[in-house]
Amino acid sequence: MDIADKARKIWQGIVWYMREISGEARYDHYLERFGEEHPGETPMSEVEFLRAREEYDKYHPNTGCCC
Amino acid sequence: MTSATGTAGARIPAPGKLEFTDDYTPAEEERVIRNSKGLPVGVKPKMVWTWPKAVVWAVVAIVCAIGWSVLAVSRGEEISAIWFVVVALCSYAIAYRFYAYYIQIKIMRTNDANATPAERVHDGANFERTDRRVLFGQHFAGISGAGPLVGPILAAQMGYLPSTMWIILGVIFAGAVQDMLMLWISAKRRGRSFGQMATDEMGKFGGTILSVFLVVMTAIAMAFLALVAVKAMASSPWAVFSIGMTIPIALIMGCYQRFLRPGRVIETTILGFVLLVIDIVAGGYIADSPVLAPIFTLTGKQLVIALVIYSFAAAALPHWLLVTPRDYLSTLMKIGTLILLVIGIIIANPMVKVPAITELAGVSTGPTFSGNLFPFLFITIACGALSGFHGAVSSGLTPKALEKENQIRMIGYGSMLVESFTAIIALIAAITVSQGVYFSTNMSALQISKASGVTVSATSTPKQQADAAVKAVNSMKVSNIKGEQMKVTWDSVDDNGNAKTYEGSEALEKAASDIGEKTIVSRTGGATTFAMGMASFLKSFLGGHNAMAFWYHFAIMFEALFILTTVDNGTRVARYQIGELLGNVRRLKRFADPTWKIGNVITTLIAVALWGSMLWMGVADTNGGINAMVPIFGISNQLLAAACFVLVTVCVAKLGYKKYLWIPIVPLVWDVAVTFTADFQKIFGPLSYFTVAANYKTQIASGALSGEALTNAKAALSNAYLDGFLSVFFMVMMGVFVIVGVVQVVRILARGKFGVETTSEEPFVESEWFAPSSLVATKLEKKVQREYSAKLQELRQAAQATA
Repeated sequence: MDIADKARKIWQGIVWYMREISGEARYDHYLERFGEEHPGETPMSEVEFLRAREEYDKYHPNTGCCC
Repeated sequence: MTSATGTAGARIPAPGKLEFTDDYTPAEEERVIRNSKGLPVGVKPKMVWTWPKAVVWAVVAIVCAIGWSVLAVSRGEEISAIWFVVVALCSYAIAYRFYAYYIQIKIMRTNDANATPAERVHDGANFERTDRRVLFGQHFAGISGAGPLVGPILAAQMGYLPSTMWIILGVIFAGAVQDMLMLWISAKRRGRSFGQMATDEMGKFGGTILSVFLVVMTAIAMAFLALVAVKAMASSPWAVFSIGMTIPIALIMGCYQRFLRPGRVIETTILGFVLLVIDIVAGGYIADSPVLAPIFTLTGKQLVIALVIYSFAAAALPHWLLVTPRDYLSTLMKIGTLILLVIGIIIANPMVKVPAITELAGVSTGPTFSGNLFPFLFITIACGALSGFHGAVSSGLTPKALEKENQIRMIGYGSMLVESFTAIIALIAAITVSQGVYFSTNMSALQISKASGVTVSATSTPKQQADAAVKAVNSMKVSNIKGEQMKVTWDSVDDNGNAKTYEGSEALEKAASDIGEKTIVSRTGGATTFAMGMASFLKSFLGGHNAMAFWYHFAIMFEALFILTTVDNGTRVARYQIGELLGNVRRLKRFADPTWKIGNVITTLIAVALWGSMLWMGVADTNGGINAMVPIFGISNQLLAAACFVLVTVCVAKLGYKKYLWIPIVPLVWDVAVTFTADFQKIFGPLSYFTVAANYKTQIASGALSGEALTNAKAALSNAYLDGFLSVFFMVMMGVFVIVGVVQVVRILARGKFGVETTSEEPFVESEWFAPSSLVATKLEKKVQREYSAKLQELRQAAQATA
């Protein structure tokens, strides 16, 4: 039981890391924060959020490294 | 990882949060930082020694010393490549624990009571807190590229010891210090960019120099890396097909994510990766097909045209369609492949064939790069040891996403250590193939013709090329690690599957057929050598000998993906930089507006023209182009590093930490000595671009050349002039920048007025966030995390009650 528990925890950790680093969890963080700061209001839907984010990134280019 | 975790994932906390019980020891209690509301917001950095810890560090130090002595004194017998991994990891561990910590305490004086830019601005866009382990990965993906995979391979001609020492000591005392301190000054200034900080701290003049320098540098880096990719793809239908297919794959991924499953990045990445593997396998069939292979066999010049059209299209198409999906793939490849490679090296346990120092270390006429060990080895290996471009990344997104100041060491210094480790792996790939194969692959057709006395070109048959290459290798007086004359050998299996070592031209032909290519002779640029090494490491535990061709093309794909990402990211960034620069001119103000479509097209054209023409001239150069491009790329990158150190030195001087100024000044002085000597030799003397240009000029004037040879000579002539001009430009620009910096520092010291208020640092703002500092949270940090959660809950309830 203990090993299964540990394995599940490790798996959850991996999923958590992959979602965070890939940016998939970004919308979840937005929801968390929106819920805290604007209780009772309706947040953007996921598609709306992604579009807004895209629009923002378009004019704020990020300097990745060339080398 | 599908919809089940899509929303449920939000509730999965970062691992390790439990109930709080007030169980601090008095020593621990002393280190906890609390803000005015009583929230514990951090832990004071302190080195706590226990007996087990001391023993562990003593063991690490002893292993490190043994490893270095094995590398330094081994003569006459082959050593295992695992020693390189051991030496690198132990040295990094010691440097990270002690030297980086020393800099943190003495210079950065990070304070968790102070809020980071993410907490100050917290705008939900770029200024958003990111978990330290995630930010570490993102920062590493941001700084890493194809650069560290190229330099060590070219430098291997001089033996492994100089390269190993520079990669490891260079990163410890220069590269990682630069990355960390740039991240630090930017995090103290609301995540401002490199150029802005230079303007704030050193005046408008210094800032403008840097902005212009960055544009030119970006174009050079793109042209150089694109040249590496072109060299690996030219006349290889397998590589051209599989890399070309990444465009439709990206389109499929983009549409999948846009229309079918918005926001499901992991799914999209897995889909893309599966398609990529199928694509690489399919490439093998294309290369075998007599009908299809010629369609995908392109020359270098055709590839340049394709690349230019592609980058223009990539800049015009919406981001989600092409660029974003390919970013996913290259991030996955960067991190995943690195892990596979380390496992591969340990399992394959390859033997080092190259001696610590070869005969070529003492001369300036080695084939892969020309010039003496000092300074040219130190600019050929640029990115793995010290890379100025990281200064731009460290002042980009990373400082804006940082949760706590104490994390700067782990993210800035730590990521660069991993980058350096990739360079060590590339070095291992180059020194574990036989030197004969190494030189056959990395000498241009012209160099082989000269050394062997047999004229060969790209159109010669593979057999002719192999024979000439063997002759050339035998004519070079270079010894292997056993002290004998180097030979062309290739370890493989015969038709019955028994292990066999091939020799001479047979070895080169067998090597080519093992990796699914027609020839490996004269595939300069380092990508082929790296991919051959990577294929032999990976086949040892994934697929065996028959998988070698697959892994070779997987490795080529790995480099090409980096480079394609660089090409369109670079075009985009260069476009903005050019727009901003033009916007400074009064009449052209409109260029500064990124939404102006016509302006976008013009700036994109300028950016593409800049790197495209440099790439074209490099490909047309009969001497291979790499030889001319390496120094100019290395010098510009290292000069940018000098600019970073100047800026950091000014900031440290303003804070009045006179006793610790040596920390940025030592690498600065070294870097200036290296780059200015190299640049000087490239402007004056026998190695200079102008001497090369004069040679081509007499050749053209003599009238002996005709047809393609004449066009190529003309291209090489303009290439030499351009590179020569750039060298002068660099020397003047950075000379002025360094002088501005020195004058600043002298003035600051003479005035004797120090402190935060003399800098552009943001004033103190109390933090309300807590997060651990190191990769793995310590016991104390876990306790504080629990107290923080509990206190935060209390504060919220109290606030609700009063409301």
